[in-house]
Amino acid sequence: MVDVAVVDYGMGNLRSVEQALRKVAPDDKIIVSDDARVIASARRVVFPGQGAMPDCMRELETRGLRNAVLEAARNKPFLGICIGLQMLFDHSSEGNVAGLGVLRGEVVRFAGNLRDAQGNKLKVPHMGWNRVHHAQHPLWNGIDQDARFYFVHSYYVRPQDAALVQATSDYPQPFVCAVARDNLFAVQFHPEKSQTAGLKLLQNFVQWNP
Amino acid sequence: MLAKRIIPCLDVTAGRVVKGVSFVELRDAGDPVEIARRYDEQGADELTFLDITASSDDRGIIFRIIEQVASQVFIPLTVGGGVREVGDVRNLLNAGADKVSINTSAVLNPQLVADAAGRYGSQCIVVAIDAKQVAAPTRRCEASGAGGAASLLLPQAAGFASNVSQECAGRWEVFTHGGRKATGLDVVEWAKKMQGLGAGEILLTSMDRDGQKNGFDLALTHAVTDALEIPVIASGGAGNLQHLADGVKLGGADAVLAASIFHFGEYTVQQAKQFMAQQGIEVRL
Repeated sequence: MVDVAVVDYGMGNLRSVEQALRKVAPDDKIIVSDDARVIASARRVVFPGQGAMPDCMRELETRGLRNAVLEAARNKPFLGICIGLQMLFDHSSEGNVAGLGVLRGEVVRFAGNLRDAQGNKLKVPHMGWNRVHHAQHPLWNGIDQDARFYFVHSYYVRPQDAALVQATSDYPQPFVCAVARDNLFAVQFHPEKSQTAGLKLLQNFVQWNP
Repeated sequence: MLAKRIIPCLDVTAGRVVKGVSFVELRDAGDPVEIARRYDEQGADELTFLDITASSDDRGIIFRIIEQVASQVFIPLTVGGGVREVGDVRNLLNAGADKVSINTSAVLNPQLVADAAGRYGSQCIVVAIDAKQVAAPTRRCEASGAGGAASLLLPQAAGFASNVSQECAGRWEVFTHGGRKATGLDVVEWAKKMQGLGAGEILLTSMDRDGQKNGFDLALTHAVTDALEIPVIASGGAGNLQHLADGVKLGGADAVLAASIFHFGEYTVQQAKQFMAQQGIEVRL
């Protein structure tokens, strides 16, 4: 029995996610897989993503993994990371592409010429450690309010349903960086690269029984 | 808000961390895995490894080091040195790197940057630029506290000097092959081109300042960060904590990279962050 399947649709590096899961769940069977049957049989599914969302959607389709991901998002503990969060929504302005439509809402780009309160230029991609203001959810157990997580992205999600929002961050305006519904949790930042706070979130995920 | 990053840099050869002065005179600084773990504990925001191995026989060593570090340290890892083709990018990512830094090969084959970014995403492609000043900025642009060394390093290429009268920013030329070969490329223009091809970040090293411990080239840093939308890491010359703070406050860098001030125990990363926080810089403490 696979405890955690990390969905591999050929887009970049899943090694970091795998390593971090092994660290927090040394006794679990963790598999990086592009096999729909493995994903279907796993207890939990992690859905990462890097690069551009149009490429990610295309590769997911090409490898015949769409249904396996949709199914997992419906019925087992499911963690989306970065593009894996964005792909859950209806549509992205990155390449004007449709997402999986699991959650209602859009993925949009940070505006150009962003400035902080002191007038300093804010770069895009939003890259580095930012504070996360979180709600109450089992995946935030033991994580300080306003803890910093590592981000690297140029697009962010705008859910239609405010009740989905589990965390926001500021750049310079607040944007949604975590959502949840039932068995599903998804984050914009990279818990696998966010040191103590990130490992804690992953540990909470592998112990989560929604 | 987003924190400014402090990135210790580990130059690695034959399985050891070393540090040189202006790209020569190497000095041993210890075991890379041990050092990486120490910086992680001290609160480093990322780590950068540069494989400066000359011989291709030893190139496998960096993969084993990255594998070991990646299983113990859960912050972003950038690896550079000798990246020539998309396959090299893939191998480093598979070993556990989160970002790969491309330097000489970007100049020899700019399409490599586009191909690698297209395949693995801009977020993991760092273009490293080794910059040497060829025309000094005028005094009003030279930030205070940076030391006056930049203005003493007068251009060797007289052809560049005649152009500076109307601009205060100064001019810098891109060098490759560990700083041994001039390219004739203007650093600011080159950085813009790399951004356009899909680089996610620029690692900007001043060859004039590297190992000198007299501060980053702030005019260079400012000229590049001002011209770009993507983040810029200032590198080369950090000798004390004020230099790190100046790189952010005066140079406008999004991150600062340093080696010797951390390797030889002068300061911990934590001390650097506390100092920067006292100067009003947002850091991850």
